[in-house]
Amino acid sequence: MTRKFLVLSLLFSAFLLFNAPQSFAAGSEEDKTSFIMHHVKDSHEWHIATFGHTHVTLPLPVIVYSSDRGLEFFSSTDFQNHETHAFGKEYAHEGYYIDEHDHLGRVDGASFIELSITKNVVMMFIVMILLAWVALSAANHYKKNGAVAPKGAAAIIEPIVIFVRDEIAQKSIGPKYKKFVPYLLTLFLFIWFGNLLGLLPGAANMTGNIAVTMTLAVLTFIITNVNGNKDYWKHVFATPGVPIPMLLIIVPVEIIGLFTKPFALMVRLFVAITAGHIVILGFIALAFIFESYTIGVVSTLMVTFINIIELLVATIQAYVFTLFTAMYIGSAVAEHAHDDHH
Amino acid sequence: MDLITPGSGLIFWQLFGFLGLLFILIKFAWKPMLAALEERESSIENALKSAEIARNEMANLKAENEKLLAEARLERDTILKKAQEASNKMIEEAKTEAQKQGAQLIENAKAVIETEKKAALADVKNQVAALTLEVTEKLLKKNLSDDASQKALVDEFVKDLKLN
Repeated sequence: MTRKFLVLSLLFSAFLLFNAPQSFAAGSEEDKTSFIMHHVKDSHEWHIATFGHTHVTLPLPVIVYSSDRGLEFFSSTDFQNHETHAFGKEYAHEGYYIDEHDHLGRVDGASFIELSITKNVVMMFIVMILLAWVALSAANHYKKNGAVAPKGAAAIIEPIVIFVRDEIAQKSIGPKYKKFVPYLLTLFLFIWFGNLLGLLPGAANMTGNIAVTMTLAVLTFIITNVNGNKDYWKHVFATPGVPIPMLLIIVPVEIIGLFTKPFALMVRLFVAITAGHIVILGFIALAFIFESYTIGVVSTLMVTFINIIELLVATIQAYVFTLFTAMYIGSAVAEHAHDDHH
Repeated sequence: MDLITPGSGLIFWQLFGFLGLLFILIKFAWKPMLAALEERESSIENALKSAEIARNEMANLKAENEKLLAEARLERDTILKKAQEASNKMIEEAKTEAQKQGAQLIENAKAVIETEKKAALADVKNQVAALTLEVTEKLLKKNLSDDASQKALVDEFVKDLKLN
C-alpha cells in the first residue's frame, strides 16, 4: 500500500515538472502562485510546458463576431509578443487585443461576441470525442453480437448505463423515466470524463468552468420545465393547501425556486472541481514559495493524497449533478395522487 | 478570463457541442444499448420464468409419480392380501379334502380287513374241519385195520345204540 502510494506520488510529481520552471522564473511570491489561477481559468492558448525560456504552447483560434465586421478568424499568436509570448494591449492585431488577464478586447470599444476555440473548448472536444468513441464502440458490441453479455468497452459502459437507468433515473423520476435516461447518461458520462481528464497534468479545468456548468444547468432547467405537468405548475402558481393571502409570498418563492435549482447545480460542480484543482496546485506552489526540497517531498505526497480524493470527487460530483437533474425532472413529471401531498 | 464570468465562446461551443454529442449518442449509442439491455433483461426474465414453469411441472410430475407409486403399492398390497387369502383357503380346502379322503380310505381299508378277516376265519374253519376229517380218517383207518379193534368199535357203537 505504502509502496503503491509512493509510486503514485512520483507519477503526480509530473505536476511539479509542469509548473516548476514557470514559477522559478517568477520573481515575487505572488507570481509564484499565479500559475494556479492561470490553470484554473480558461485561456486563448494551451500552455503545455516551459523549458527554460521556451514555452511549449498550442496556439488556438480566436473567433470573433461583430455586427459591423462580421465573422473574423485569428490565431492566438497574432496577439502575442513573438519573443516572450506575453499577451498585452500593446500587441493589438486588426483592432483586437488580448490583455494580460487573457481578456479579448476591441481597441475601439465597440461590442462584439467572442466565439473562440479556447483551451476549455478544446478540452471539451477531447472529452466529447473520447466519450463518443467509448459509447459508440460499446453500442457496436450489441449491434454485432445482439443482446449478449458485455465485453470490452461495453463491459465498462454497461454497469454505468444500468446504474444511471435503475438507480438514478428510475428511482428519482418514477414510471416515466425511460424518456430521460439518454440525457442523464450523456450528462453523467460527460461530467465524469471531464472531471477525470481534468485531473491529468496539463489538462484544462473544463468541468470547473462556470460557462460549462451553466450550460449544463440551463439544459437541465429547460428539460425540467418543458416536461412539467399540470401538477408541477399548479404547485408553483397555486400551491395546494396554502391560504390565498399566503400565496402572495409563496408564489414568488416558488418561482425563485425554479431558478435556484439549476443555479445550485451550476455552482456546486464549478466550485467542487475548481476548489480541488486549486488545492492541488496550492500544495505544489508551497514547494516554490519555500524553495525547499523537504516541503517539495511533503507537498508531492499531499498532492497524491488530494488527487486520490479528487478521483472520488470527480465521480461523486458527476453522480450528484445527474441525480439532482433526475430529481428535478422527477418533481416535474410526478403525478400526485392527492392535492395535499406536500 | 475571469473565474466567475461565463465566456460567451465557451457557452456557444458547449451548448452546440453538447447538443451534438447528445444527438449522436442518443441515436447511435444509447438507443441501441438500452434496447439491447432491455431485450437481454426480458430474455433473462423469460428464461427464469420458463425455468420456474419447468420446475413446477417437474414437481407436479413428481407428485403424480408418487401418487401413482402409492396407488400401485396399495394395489400390490391388496393383490398380495387376496392371494394370501386364496392360498390359505386352498390349503384349508385341500386339508379338509385330504382328511375326508383319508378317513374314507381308512374306512374302506377297515371294511376290506373285516371281510378278509371273515374270509380267513371261514377258511381256517374249513381247513380245521378238513384237517379234523383227515386226521379222523387216518385215525380210523389205523384203528380199524385189525379185526379186534373193528369189533371193539362195533361193540361200542352197539353199546351206544343200546343206550339210545
